[in-house]
Amino acid sequence: MKKDINKRIKEAAKGIRRRVLEHTINNNGGYLSQACSSSEMLSAMYLKIMNLWPVESPIMPPLFTAVPSAHNYSYTTGAMFNGPKAPHLDRFFLSPSQYSLVLYAALIETGRMHEKGLEQFNRDGSTVEMIGAEHSPGMEIMTGSLGHGLSQAGGIAMARRLKRETGRVWVFMSDGEFQIGQTWEAMQTLSFYKLDNIGIYVDVNGYQCDGKMSKVMNIEPLKKRLESFGARVFEVDGHNIDALTAPARLKPAGKPLVVLAYTSPYRGINILKEKAPKFHYIRFKDEKEKKRYKSFLEDF
Amino acid sequence: MEILSKVHAKNLIKWAKDKLEALVLSADLTSSTEIDLFRDAYPDRFISFGVAEQNMMSFAGGLAREGFIPLVHTFAVFIYRRAYDQIAMSIAYPNLPVRMFGFLPGITTPGGATHQAVEDIAIMRSLPNMTILECGDATDVETVLDAAHSVNGPVYIRMLRGEIPRLFDKSEPMILGKARILSRGNDITILSSGICTEEAMRAVEALKKHGISITHLHISTLKPFNDSSVLEALSANKYGVITMENHTIVGGLGSIAAEKMAEAGLPNKLLRIGLKDTYLHGASREYLMKEYGFDAMALIREIEKIVDTRFGITEDDLKKAHLEQVNSDAKAEAL
Repeated sequence: MKKDINKRIKEAAKGIRRRVLEHTINNNGGYLSQACSSSEMLSAMYLKIMNLWPVESPIMPPLFTAVPSAHNYSYTTGAMFNGPKAPHLDRFFLSPSQYSLVLYAALIETGRMHEKGLEQFNRDGSTVEMIGAEHSPGMEIMTGSLGHGLSQAGGIAMARRLKRETGRVWVFMSDGEFQIGQTWEAMQTLSFYKLDNIGIYVDVNGYQCDGKMSKVMNIEPLKKRLESFGARVFEVDGHNIDALTAPARLKPAGKPLVVLAYTSPYRGINILKEKAPKFHYIRFKDEKEKKRYKSFLEDF
Repeated sequence: MEILSKVHAKNLIKWAKDKLEALVLSADLTSSTEIDLFRDAYPDRFISFGVAEQNMMSFAGGLAREGFIPLVHTFAVFIYRRAYDQIAMSIAYPNLPVRMFGFLPGITTPGGATHQAVEDIAIMRSLPNMTILECGDATDVETVLDAAHSVNGPVYIRMLRGEIPRLFDKSEPMILGKARILSRGNDITILSSGICTEEAMRAVEALKKHGISITHLHISTLKPFNDSSVLEALSANKYGVITMENHTIVGGLGSIAAEKMAEAGLPNKLLRIGLKDTYLHGASREYLMKEYGFDAMALIREIEKIVDTRFGITEDDLKKAHLEQVNSDAKAEAL
């Protein structure tokens, strides 16, 4: 059983990389390194870690209608891709919306989004936006401005505890968000109120827009920093499925759970390594380079 | 005139008693924003965040998404200046029913420039989905919770605390989108808001004795701004319109009036009394209102210029101008 699910997670992770690579080639640009680093994380979260109800069949993303307003209370979010809401079920929140493309690919690979949905990516009038909003597939809150996600998810976790709901709140974060003051404000609040119904998976790929994080603005030692803020922290190999899933199986113990998933931004697509240290957004410098990635995709 | 103290503190615990979804959020200013009684009465519904407004605002958004009504309390200046991005994206964009109580607006703070919220209306007004209310007396403070509660979306409230005069009849609540008509006349229309209303009332009282006929409206809903009685008052005057606000004249009540008058094609003159695009310094409320020219005497001087007459009204005359509680237009004995 365990072997089967781990195999499925691995296949889904490979599928995510393939879809994002294909997309990056077809669009001559994309958030490819984020797929390399977080494919196992998102696959494991959707297929094993989170207690989400399945969707009846893969959902085709609806077109954009209108933003929330006094004239639009019937507004729906992308949470429907994560299944129905119920007190005992978990919830998922993507904090860095720059990972939207990876999330969409993960939703396809886990049977939640129709694969044709990705063709709407960044098209005018579509909800499959490049930097997803709360109407985008798999998303439920506004998180594109970095550092806002954890506090909002914290509010939801606190509300769920007040309502005595048993479902957990899972947040996917990027390591760059630990340069932001609000993240630490949120951490101190989560531990002050002993919100142990929240679990945070951090993609520690060590790179950000300007390059290597240790050169841009150091955040290490992250585990020690988080522990001193009162969190229960695990450092794991972010490409190892057993290591990723183990902390989530532990009984909550009065502290917010943080899983620091140390990852590689070129994992599974080794030719990407030569782009170092500029991994944030991959664009090909000429046709020759694009061809090399194309032939890599054919062999993928 | 009746002076009341800790109006919000007492009122809030009564109002929230049976509203179990109402949570009070504090950023280390619990006594200063009069939520200490609430904290003691309903400790389970009081959430302390410490000095961390950005996190508090996003948390409020999360709580509101799950069906709670967060009542965020801090100084006005720390709401919009410290947490604007969080308000815009965690609260305003999703149109969530978060109520932000901004205490010590404008020159009502004993603090200096760092504590003076002088452009909050301008900033908050530009946010889509945002409703903006401002209290001018004890009756406003007692009833602003109900006015805000009638809005299914975010509300920013310029709040008063401490000792507050009762200018409006206790039985006449603040009504969302409805101005209070304090005086009717043909020469000049005055729109005032917040603490400026009391100043304007003193001035109007004194000017009436000199035969000046004034329509005076107290504006408590700054956004949305579509009360037909206000729009009518903007056009029906011989000399023009004067706005008076405890805020910069850029983007506040004066700008709102200007927009409405321009859109309606009104040829009337508009004079905006308030802060003239400047920061201030720390001093008493009376001193600053005088120094920056938005007290009762400043209004009288402006009106003297407009009608080209000197009335010889002095500060002593104003002190003698006793303000009775004002009954609204709906009452038989209306002014």
